[in-house]
Amino acid sequence: MPAVLRKENNTMKKSLCLPILFLAAFAILSGCGAKDSPDTLTVLNYGKYLEPEVLEQFEEETGIKVEYEEYVTPENMYTKYRAGAIDYDLICTSDYMVEKLIQEGQVQELDFGNIPLSKNLDPVYFEFSKSFDPENKYSLPYFFGTVGILYNKEMVEESEVDSWSILWDEAYSGQIIMADSVRDSFMVPLKILGYSLNTTDEGELKEAQEMLIRQKPLVYSYLVDEAQDEMIAENAAMAVVYSGEAGYALEFNENLAFSVPKEGSNMWIDSWFVPKTAKHKENAEKFLDFLCREDISMMNFDYVYYATPNTKTKEALDPEIQESPTIFPPNEILENCEVLKPLDDISNTNLSILWKEIKAAD
Amino acid sequence: MHNLKRQILAGPYLLWIAGFVLLPVGLILYYALTTTSGQFTVFNITSITASVHWKALVLSLELALLCTVFCLALSYPLAMVLNGMKGKKSSLVVFIFILPMWMNFMLRILAWKMLLSNHGVINTILDMLGLPGLDILNTPSAVVFCMVYDFLPFMVLPIYNAMSRIEKDVIEAARDLGAGGFTVFFKVILPLTMPGVVSGIIMVFVPALTSFAISDLLGGGKVLLIGNVIEQAFMQEYNWNLGSGLSLVLMVFVIASMALMNSHGEEGGTGIC
Amino acid sequence: MLKRSAERIYMFLIFLFLYLPIIVLVILSFNDSKSKVQWGGFTLRWYQRLFSSSSMMEAFGTTILVSLVSALVATLLGTLAALGIDAMKKRGQAIMLGVTDIPLLNADIVTGISMMLLFVRFTRLGLSTVLIAHITFNIPYVILNVLPKLKQSNRTTYEAALDLGATPLYAFYKIIWPQIRPGVFSGFLMAMTMSLDDFSVTYFTKGAGINTLSTMIYTEMRKGIRPEMYALSTILFLIALVLLLFMNFGPSARQKEE
Repeated sequence: MPAVLRKENNTMKKSLCLPILFLAAFAILSGCGAKDSPDTLTVLNYGKYLEPEVLEQFEEETGIKVEYEEYVTPENMYTKYRAGAIDYDLICTSDYMVEKLIQEGQVQELDFGNIPLSKNLDPVYFEFSKSFDPENKYSLPYFFGTVGILYNKEMVEESEVDSWSILWDEAYSGQIIMADSVRDSFMVPLKILGYSLNTTDEGELKEAQEMLIRQKPLVYSYLVDEAQDEMIAENAAMAVVYSGEAGYALEFNENLAFSVPKEGSNMWIDSWFVPKTAKHKENAEKFLDFLCREDISMMNFDYVYYATPNTKTKEALDPEIQESPTIFPPNEILENCEVLKPLDDISNTNLSILWKEIKAAD
Repeated sequence: MHNLKRQILAGPYLLWIAGFVLLPVGLILYYALTTTSGQFTVFNITSITASVHWKALVLSLELALLCTVFCLALSYPLAMVLNGMKGKKSSLVVFIFILPMWMNFMLRILAWKMLLSNHGVINTILDMLGLPGLDILNTPSAVVFCMVYDFLPFMVLPIYNAMSRIEKDVIEAARDLGAGGFTVFFKVILPLTMPGVVSGIIMVFVPALTSFAISDLLGGGKVLLIGNVIEQAFMQEYNWNLGSGLSLVLMVFVIASMALMNSHGEEGGTGIC
Repeated sequence: MLKRSAERIYMFLIFLFLYLPIIVLVILSFNDSKSKVQWGGFTLRWYQRLFSSSSMMEAFGTTILVSLVSALVATLLGTLAALGIDAMKKRGQAIMLGVTDIPLLNADIVTGISMMLLFVRFTRLGLSTVLIAHITFNIPYVILNVLPKLKQSNRTTYEAALDLGATPLYAFYKIIWPQIRPGVFSGFLMAMTMSLDDFSVTYFTKGAGINTLSTMIYTEMRKGIRPEMYALSTILFLIALVLLLFMNFGPSARQKEE
């Protein structure tokens, strides 16, 4: 830097504009202080989980400015929300996290009268939602799916992908991508061991952890949203991913395939809810209604490729996609799946320590 | 009289410091020494000895040390070469050298991620030459590699500055008195550039020790540094007390390592000014 | 002669190390294929996409705004502070300089986190919190650039001007200001550079929907690398090139050499 910074400048007049610019700066500073305009909406969502154009269109149609923020894992979302540093109006997250926040009294009831287009959603999914939102008061289903193995047919023996234990096969050392999310990663060994996803038994969790530590030398990387790109680029042989990610990846690389192993998996449903701190609940409901609209829901589907609960959208899809077992998991697979439940605080802390130990292991 | 009036000019700065430097550090101290329910505890600080945290700290120290050594080994000869050049040419070379620094920090990481990936440029070239591939992405080596790339200029510039300040007469005098090349280097050049070396080491070691983004993006989630532990405590686990406790430990480590370096190099300072 | 060529080769290798990533990024930004290694023909598609992506353009604007505003405010506060510190007695100076060192010595992550703790307690995160944080870590660079110039400046002339009836402000403007101006200017530039390059502090203090280039690229990279980012890199590289060229070899630089 010095060569540059040492240069002297003879533009004294110019330097005199500094104070003026400074005043302008202060005007901006104070202008963007804690203002609370009625025409905004602060949304918190998973990464890569909403077509950016949808936001632009919403802003154009309603004049409401959307402040859009993303997170990576549900734990990440919980922290962002509980930090209280930002007043979110609308949040999308997974079943067990919604349940946890409902239990903590952090969720507001939705006024479905303001979301007339929610009739587009298949009632079956509201039934599903009852497992975490018993009276369907608080949440609106967004997408759902399972967790499975996305693999490259050229690199992997297909007959072995029906079991999670292929992820421990040393033949694939350095070619395995695991999920960089506590609950999803623990799901895999827990299922192999035949335990529940929601176990709080320290012995069972410890067993699962030992398996994951044993697996670590074989793992190429721990990723969430990036896994599908790595698979499309054929940088790894298999990855633990959500079903929709797999559906998306399949479109770009025909060597890829998806399997939900026979030991069973996790069935999840991501939903929208309005948190207690929301300052613009009406805008949030307007946005939800917008998301249920057929064309918008279709735009979103094309972008994320997860199973949509929107019947109108589903009907408008190519029959081939409608019947794709990757995108819309068939019932026999769903029956073999378990839904995540929130854990108590002690188990959560315990789990996060176990997870950190895996990450720090050699 | 005038002096007192002039001293008041530092007032706004003093207020700013109190509000935005001292108070925040005080808050870290407060969180570090309390539990979630606000009771006094030293657990957050002592938890650095927990095996996971200790391992992360040791790994961070190792990688930061490696990075500093590599930077120093690359920079010193480079500074000498630069210094040997004449006027205009040397300023052009220095210019070429600082240019990449002005690219965004994140983009430099992005570039290496892309270069090092399995089917990236480097591996394709190696493959064409019939050489074995370089599988270092998602390992500590990739993290060190990128750190060296990012922090190299912070080592070169202070050393180069210190070197360019050495009067040619001094070296000639040494020569006249019969000193050979080695003696001149060890007795004259090296001691005179020590302050530059010290500030270079500080400016590389500290960011390397505390970084979390590089390991996050190039470590594939497999390289857990102390910076990552702290970041996760704040962003994933909602455990600010633990995060603050560990930050405090990190702060102490940074200050201690600087004090150590400065005691060796007398007048350190941030030589980049 | 041997030494000469060894030096040349060494420099060449270092420059290769420094520029190889950039060259590859630039080439890929024109590549009409998503692949990282195959050339699929020339295209400007990624540039088009970049300019039509509102999130990237917004991040670009925010980055410029934050670095400019924070550097300006920091320059003003820092210069005033340097004037004040210069007038203090030895002990006062030592204390002030000690405090000034804190943001410099602290790791980025600690600075970011400590500010986040403060903001969360007393206000909401937004653009202003990012600005405040940037100003805070920028001020020390200004002070450290201005103070040495003040120490070198000639006080007797200033006092003589006062004795001859000049107001302090006028005397300052006519006598001190020209002497410290280069320091103020380089402090400003350095503050701006630091602010442009910052990631950690912004990451912890930004509000919803606010991104600088650094934080935006970080989030994007965790979702996978898109070719638009190569285009972005190329543009930023060009901007840096032009700015640096201008400052090093432009008219003002030449004047100085004369």
